[in-house]
Amino acid sequence: MDSHAIAAGTADPHEGHESNEHPPYLRHHFVTVEQQRETASFGMWLFLLTEIMFFGGLFMAYLLYRNWYYPAFVAASNTLSIQLGAINTGILILSCFTMTMGVYSAEIRNRKNLMISLGLTLLLGVIFLGIKGVEYHQKYVEHHIPGLNFSVEDFVHPADPHTAPLTPDMAQHTELYFFLYFAMTGMHALHMIIGLCILLALLYRSSQGAYTNGHSSTVDNFGLYWHFVDIVWTFLFPLLYLINRHPLS
Amino acid sequence: MSSTEHQQHPTSPPRTYILILLALLVFTAINTGAAYLNLGFLNPIIALGIACVNAVLVILFYMHLRYSSRLMKLTFAAGIFTFMILVIMTLTDYISRGWGLW
Repeated sequence: MDSHAIAAGTADPHEGHESNEHPPYLRHHFVTVEQQRETASFGMWLFLLTEIMFFGGLFMAYLLYRNWYYPAFVAASNTLSIQLGAINTGILILSCFTMTMGVYSAEIRNRKNLMISLGLTLLLGVIFLGIKGVEYHQKYVEHHIPGLNFSVEDFVHPADPHTAPLTPDMAQHTELYFFLYFAMTGMHALHMIIGLCILLALLYRSSQGAYTNGHSSTVDNFGLYWHFVDIVWTFLFPLLYLINRHPLS
Repeated sequence: MSSTEHQQHPTSPPRTYILILLALLVFTAINTGAAYLNLGFLNPIIALGIACVNAVLVILFYMHLRYSSRLMKLTFAAGIFTFMILVIMTLTDYISRGWGLW
């Protein structure tokens, strides 16, 4: 526990007022500020619970189809760039750190640091999406986008002589891998885009002095959302990029 | 109401956050490196195991679940439990649908 945080935390919102008055941000249907904060946090965790199930369905589909069409999933997965995936994972972890520092800064009421942290988080999020865009573009060039320009040519007649070709039947199922790849990373990217829009709003409001007046619930809960999105990527990265490099024969 | 409910929620100092950041980056590097080694059936286990460790670190420290009330911990546990039902029930059906036919 940080002595600073305690000092900021125990700064009584009733200070300098009559004891029956309350801080302006305490809604009338809550008894205490702490209860209000706890309620908002509970709501956010419930929302994240539904998000676990939402992404859970996609993970489940990936797990099953990878079992069914193992050779196709291995071949398709190996067309992804591990380097770009790893860099993106690092960037997302960094953005998690800056977001946590943002939450911390709001807590100790440091507006400058809060804005710097939110700005860095925004920047890292944009870089992540940029690299994701480069990867998507590669898929487009390679004709690996289902429903747009998909071709199994790379898998039936691989350019690399060391790669064993797939039978045309099995090669068809690489499309399923790429469908799941785009569904999962696309949904993740959509969550990032929504997060970046909210970050812009948070930045604007914090520049006007919000969140550093002792009422930082919004930043706390956005932090929870941002970290959840990072956790989804933590699992997407090994599943989509890493675990298919050395197939069991 | 107990007196603890009136406390502001405690947070960790930035030093903890930096240590967690380093741990996350190191684990990710190990995970990426391990993908290049041929470890047979251990590859996916190691990859997902390290991912789980990373996720737990983020949840406990960055999402403050470690310092949160029991209600939050229970809510999160309920999410994992429901997800496990999804996975286990589906896989149970999957491995038993053609029982004896394989």
